[in-house]
Amino acid sequence: MELSDQIAQYLVSGLSTGAIYALIGIGFAIIYNSTEIINFAQGELVMLGGMFTIFYLNTLHLPLPLAILLAVASTTAAGLIFERLTIRPLKSPTPLALIIITIGGSILIRGITMMIGGKDTHALPAFSGSEPILIGSATILPQHLWIFALTAVAITLNKLFFQYTITGKAMRACAVNRRAAGLVGIDVKKMVFFSFAISSSLGALAGIIVAPLTMTSYDVGIMLGLKGFCAAIIGGLSGGVGTVLGGLLLGVLESLGAGLISSGYKDAIAFIILLLILFLRPQGLFTKAQTERV
Amino acid sequence: MNRFRTILSLVITLVFAVSAYAGEPLRIGALFAVTGPASFLGEPERNTLEMLVKEANAKGGIKGHKIELVVYDTQGDATKAVQLATKLIKNDKVSVIIGPSTTGETMAVIPVAEKEKIPLISCAAGIKITDPVKKYVFKTPANDHVAAEKIFNFMASKKQKSVALLTVTDGFGASGREQLKDMAKKKGISVVADETYGPKDTDMTAQLTKIKGSKADAIICWGTNPGPAIVTRNVKQLGIKMPLYQSHGVASKKYIELAGNENAEGVLLPAGKLAIYEKLKKGDHQFKLLKDYDQSYKKNFNTEASTFGGYAYDSFLMITEALKAGSSTEQIRDGLEGIRKLVSISGIYNMSATDHNGLDLNAFEMVKISKGDWEIAK
Repeated sequence: MELSDQIAQYLVSGLSTGAIYALIGIGFAIIYNSTEIINFAQGELVMLGGMFTIFYLNTLHLPLPLAILLAVASTTAAGLIFERLTIRPLKSPTPLALIIITIGGSILIRGITMMIGGKDTHALPAFSGSEPILIGSATILPQHLWIFALTAVAITLNKLFFQYTITGKAMRACAVNRRAAGLVGIDVKKMVFFSFAISSSLGALAGIIVAPLTMTSYDVGIMLGLKGFCAAIIGGLSGGVGTVLGGLLLGVLESLGAGLISSGYKDAIAFIILLLILFLRPQGLFTKAQTERV
Repeated sequence: MNRFRTILSLVITLVFAVSAYAGEPLRIGALFAVTGPASFLGEPERNTLEMLVKEANAKGGIKGHKIELVVYDTQGDATKAVQLATKLIKNDKVSVIIGPSTTGETMAVIPVAEKEKIPLISCAAGIKITDPVKKYVFKTPANDHVAAEKIFNFMASKKQKSVALLTVTDGFGASGREQLKDMAKKKGISVVADETYGPKDTDMTAQLTKIKGSKADAIICWGTNPGPAIVTRNVKQLGIKMPLYQSHGVASKKYIELAGNENAEGVLLPAGKLAIYEKLKKGDHQFKLLKDYDQSYKKNFNTEASTFGGYAYDSFLMITEALKAGSSTEQIRDGLEGIRKLVSISGIYNMSATDHNGLDLNAFEMVKISKGDWEIAK
């Protein structure tokens, strides 16, 4: 195998893992953009999506499309219950308190899933076969195309929603200034509720669509969540193209790093990038620095 | 008063007479990582041991000794394991300890067992546990290097001379990597690629692309699920034609299920006999025991028996055997060391003063996956 062929495969592999990170990253960005909360339980919602599908598919023996729909609905319900029970009752919702709550919540969700569903890893069948597709000298799987497609649909819908609907605009207003948004008559609590609904259903979809590749178990949420978070940070927590580019960049760098430098440093590469971006460009790679106008 | 004394002494004599007849109850302590990251080891170990003790007591105990079992959960934490080991010895006054489940915990507990002179039968695989030999320390799982040797012997028979390693970066993979490199040197096989992956990684195509470029004769992957299943899928995705060897760490049907029947086709691995007992040759010494264990485990816990639970089974059988020599801790220790040709789950044990593990290459069988099932590899 020539080096150029190898590099082609690294790039393709990187892009396909990167798309997974991007899809999960968008979930982070949506909640952040309407509430300024980093929801560290996002990874667990991704896990729940996969685990619920397995439950409906293997235990209740429902057909795959129905299992997927029910799993998305169940995860969204779980996300909303989570918001109701933990975020809303808070008296003084400082960002720090909210973030700590989401971390606690993620541990709780993981624990409950482990108690009920067990510790086993499960594999979901691929949506449309697992015959590799050749791209030049590199290969990807049909499942990767599903991920690319879903990511594209997710950012398009997201963009349309936040730019052109009243609810979307109201959610953005809440992020800019909660108090002011409340003063002009926006129901802030309802908007927070909405953002949790959107991001948990998106997280669930991400979890379901990656499960045939990565498999799923009660603890997949930690690493997927962290990588998604990295992608969102690189993209400056934008709900659109920024996070997608962030995810793809992360995936490609990891894959090139593992292939050309050493696979031992694969995760280190991701987190070094995260630290560098937080130090040097906290607003993300693809956005201009915000200036406070006085 | 005198009369009272007479009655009292009579009662005491009676009690002692009865207990001497029934034998002193034997207290066995167990330290398993029932919860926490190593729970996939500790849970089947605890289940197995509790099942066996219940069965033994229902039959009136071993050699007239009722068994009293005290199990503590170490959560895979070495500090906890040491505290609980001390508690087992000082408070519960156990005569022998089974466990801990992991190598790290076992290494931490060894000094306690040696100081208090209590026999310890570890259920962890690390070679350091019994090499060098410690007077009171035994272990049931075969050493990793035995599995490695089994693979290299098979490779040599197929004239494969170079190998690419892909190991997981946890305790199991790191120890396996060392043993594989050592053993490769001894067997004259060259290691042309040495890659690793994280236990939570979801895609290994990058490492495998590099391995594909290395032109090795074969790939050895060393890890526990789900990593090796992902590796198996990625190998198919990349169209790699090199034979793929997996470790004994994935010798369960779960691995085939996760990797998918088509992807796992042709994968080779050294398996403990429990996983493949249905395929063993007629007249295999272990067959009946393996079948009984698998069936009663299924009946009690509704899931397949695992190699890991087998380690606890081995420990219990060893104690049963050792009790033939007597029930004091010294007698149990000597009894353990004197075990010869003990047919058990993980293999046939032959202990000696210089070998406190007692297993050899026969503990494993090279198997090949074909149509989603095992077959003995030739």
